[in-house]
Amino acid sequence: MVKSYEESLLPSAAISIPVSSVPLRVEALVKRFGQLTALDGVTLELGTGECLGLLGPNGAGKSTLIRSVVGRVIPDSGTISVFGAPADSMLARSTLGWIPQELALYPRLTCRENLQSFGRYHGLSGETLDRNVALCLAWATLADRAGELVKNLSGGMKRRLNMAAGLIHQPKLVLMDEPTVGVDPQSRNHIFEMIENLRSEGVSIIYTTHYMEEAERLCDRIAIIDHGKIIAHGTNAELVRKTFGSRSQVVARFAGAQDRIAHWVAQRGGHAVDGTAQFTVEHPTEISSLLEASARAGLELVDVSLRKPNLELVFLQLTGRELRD
Amino acid sequence: MISAIVRTAVVSLRRDRGALALSFLLPVIFFSIFAVIFGGRRNSTPKVAVIIVDEDHSPASQRLVQGFQHEGSLVVKTRPEPVRGAEQHEYTAVSAEAAVKAGAAPVALIIPRGFGENPISFGPGGSDRLPVRMLEDSSDMVAPQVIAGLLQKVAMTSMPDLMAEQGSKYFDQYAGGLTREQRDRLEQGLRALRERRGSGASSSGSSDGGIIAVTTRAVVGENKDNPMVSFYAAAIGVMFLLFTTSGAAGSLLDEAESGTLDRVLSSRVTMTRLLLGKLTFNSLLAFSQLVLMFLWGWAVFQLDFWSHIPGFVIMGVCTAMAVAAFGMLLASVCRTRAQLGALSTLLILVMSSIGGSMFPRFLMPEAMQKAGLLTINAWAIDGFTKIFWRDEPVSHLWPQVLVLVSVAIILFVIARRLARRWEYT
Repeated sequence: MVKSYEESLLPSAAISIPVSSVPLRVEALVKRFGQLTALDGVTLELGTGECLGLLGPNGAGKSTLIRSVVGRVIPDSGTISVFGAPADSMLARSTLGWIPQELALYPRLTCRENLQSFGRYHGLSGETLDRNVALCLAWATLADRAGELVKNLSGGMKRRLNMAAGLIHQPKLVLMDEPTVGVDPQSRNHIFEMIENLRSEGVSIIYTTHYMEEAERLCDRIAIIDHGKIIAHGTNAELVRKTFGSRSQVVARFAGAQDRIAHWVAQRGGHAVDGTAQFTVEHPTEISSLLEASARAGLELVDVSLRKPNLELVFLQLTGRELRD
Repeated sequence: MISAIVRTAVVSLRRDRGALALSFLLPVIFFSIFAVIFGGRRNSTPKVAVIIVDEDHSPASQRLVQGFQHEGSLVVKTRPEPVRGAEQHEYTAVSAEAAVKAGAAPVALIIPRGFGENPISFGPGGSDRLPVRMLEDSSDMVAPQVIAGLLQKVAMTSMPDLMAEQGSKYFDQYAGGLTREQRDRLEQGLRALRERRGSGASSSGSSDGGIIAVTTRAVVGENKDNPMVSFYAAAIGVMFLLFTTSGAAGSLLDEAESGTLDRVLSSRVTMTRLLLGKLTFNSLLAFSQLVLMFLWGWAVFQLDFWSHIPGFVIMGVCTAMAVAAFGMLLASVCRTRAQLGALSTLLILVMSSIGGSMFPRFLMPEAMQKAGLLTINAWAIDGFTKIFWRDEPVSHLWPQVLVLVSVAIILFVIARRLARRWEYT
């Protein structure tokens, strides 16, 4: 079982209480890399104990936003405050934990030695360090592998240790950059349990992913980011309601030439992907007229279904792109 | 099929600058260095410095000194270099010995008072003559041999009349003397020889024969069991220190690639602290290596380690700092481990060859000896030689300490500036 993260973490001597109670406030953030605008006026706020999902395809600007918050990217304009302190200040560094997408560990050190190293980098020492290391090992269910070299661990274990290393100094705000990349379903579920534990302890989390089901399961609110802009945000239900209202999604599959299908679907205001057409309808009765029109156009219908809109459809609707493009 | 494989390999090599440099640039550089040192086509033949003390001031001793001064392959020093423009007193036997110990020259010749009364002799009958004293630094295996040979040669070329006179004395002694006519002709010949010497003409001749008696004494390393071990311990040690610290500094590149560096820099660790930490570790690593090298030298090759601990520590720390900073700089310059490997191999081998790690710098042409001073190797080896070879006090290490510490600071500052690329995006 995953052990509680907060239940016995000691107050860190390194962390003083910040000025503001708002864990994270980002205002009008802009970052350009040459001609590419990675962040284009991003504004968001994170409440205490809240989990905000940052949803977007590769290259949307998620990692740049996260790296800006941890002070690794200097924005061209805009402001970031972590508990009221500037992002690259020592105060901000003390209060936030970063779990990068990469396995940022020392492969020739053991699990315990890795955690000790990162703890010391955050100013921990002595009994506090020892206790936090023990608790993080327990939280990641790696206590029995504490003396194992990292290079000998399985992929899932490395991921869990990677997360534990970001939490060794008991941050109140945690930034997770696609922490489940490349792990098997069992390990993924294990990681979800660990994150849910953190949430239950009131830690504020920003969680970036391009897996819709992860965002739906873990996050209180979701911000959809594309081309460096937050194009929608709210709870899962709010996003669906704002995007689709009471409308439903009709998914129809046709046989025949893809180009012809795509052309016809576009004319009718839908999206076509690999011969599958998606239409938004106000009422299920509109389906019959849609099918009649396809027959008149000479398209051969293979199957049709009515779907309740979800985040993936919201994303497709808003951006015209698949989430995992 | 084979051509496709060759084509792929060629394209890969063309894009790997490090491999290209190791394949084509390093061999040419190495060849050139060795050719300059050992080959015949060089502009500046290394000259041997010799200190000459004329205690006799007789015509014979003065002619001998002049004969040495006419030798193009020697740099003859009769007095120390001027200090702030002020001419120094001529060397004495004592100051010449001190100068050899300090490394001002590898050999000193002391022409004793009374030398001119009976400067040369042939064969075993010259037991009454006073020998020239040769003081040598035996770490230089070449210079004393050169001077010993040249002494005999100069005697023959600068004092031919004295040799002839001495020959006629032997003739008188063992063959009953010359007739008046023969003696007149001999005098005529001797006059011609004196005139020829006065015109500055020289002749070549064998340096063998022991015409001038010489006693030789090693004033540096005279009590060493294994004199060259300290040199090689330092020379080889420094070269491998450079390799080790460059490799260790490469951990920065590994950490940057794995994302660990980003994570570390998002903690309370700043880039300056991180680099200082790496510098400290690499310096300790290098110092440990030096300790191991010298302990091994002591245990296996009778290197006198324990009586030179203070000097060793000073030079060891300074050398370790300099090589560690050098490694940090290379790691900061390079983008990948492969680049670092290629660049460090190239630079370290070149530095080691001209800096004296592969063969002593005194064997090199003057220009290359001066170029060697641009390397960490040369300053480190000079410092260790002062301690272990010349038994100099630690206060004499200040030039080496100053240079190595300055190099360490300058290289570290440059590395810190270059490391900005990892600091923020």
